[in-house]
Amino acid sequence: MKIILNGEEREIEERILSHALCELDFGDAVVATAVNERFVPASQRSAIELNDGDRLEVLAPMQGG
Amino acid sequence: MLFYDVELASPLMLGTAQYPSPAILAAAVQASGAEVVTVSLRREASGNLAGQAFWSIIGALGTRVLPNTAGCRTVKEAVTTAHMAREVFGTPWIKLEVIGEEDTLQPDVFGLVEAARILTEEGFQVFPYTTEDLVVAERLLAAGCRVLMPWGAPIGSGRGLNNVFGLKMLRAHFPDVPLVVDAGIGLPSHAAAAMELGFDAVLLNTAVAKAGDPVGMAKAFALAVEAGRLARHSIPMEPREMASPSTPVIGKAMLA
Repeated sequence: MKIILNGEEREIEERILSHALCELDFGDAVVATAVNERFVPASQRSAIELNDGDRLEVLAPMQGG
Repeated sequence: MLFYDVELASPLMLGTAQYPSPAILAAAVQASGAEVVTVSLRREASGNLAGQAFWSIIGALGTRVLPNTAGCRTVKEAVTTAHMAREVFGTPWIKLEVIGEEDTLQPDVFGLVEAARILTEEGFQVFPYTTEDLVVAERLLAAGCRVLMPWGAPIGSGRGLNNVFGLKMLRAHFPDVPLVVDAGIGLPSHAAAAMELGFDAVLLNTAVAKAGDPVGMAKAFALAVEAGRLARHSIPMEPREMASPSTPVIGKAMLA
């Protein structure tokens, strides 16, 4: 299945978001997620199923002003 | 001064971007005495996880964090970013930016008010990056904001306080609202001037991060905000048009 991860096309096997994050090597990283421009809280990641073409944003703490 | 019921001793808030190294960032924050640092959310590259390393540096600082919605241009984008920030950073504080214009990074005040209303209704404690416009300030307060953060000048410009009159009006109209000059500060004297106007804090980043010696500049800003605050509390003299001799005239010798 192809998804768009942070603007780039990626091929993944896992459909469940929490599993997909592991497959994508995010492991236990402190990140926030959004699917198709909608915020998905960490508590709901195991209940969200990804579909072909979905846009997944994975954001992390970064420097800011 | 209380910012959403949090007492802050230092009137300096510091951004965490653009420092030469993480070690200099940490040393600058320490030298500044800042108890609040601003942070953001950006895309994390899988396998690299740069954000995790940054987060551990911030954790070691022991300061509060104020996440921003920098770069957001729509209400939806800003609100979604705020939701994501609340989860990652574990704070209801959000420095709300809705940018309306590219060259000046001027806030879209219409979107700002709308986003502020949505977020305060959801329990966020919003620090809105706004202009010095009094009517917009009224709307932000009506939307539930309990802090206002007007710009001094465009972000990263280092131009100081572009509209001193407007900032004075804001202070006079809202004597009990915590006011922070956010953006445009370039020199410690700008920060001191903001404090002399009665502002409660200043928020800056580039002026420290891009200084030749960021740690030295952080200390200079710490001293400047203290000087400005003390000056405000000490009630400055009124300026006058004409000279007035400070040395007594009475008793002057006749030597001419």
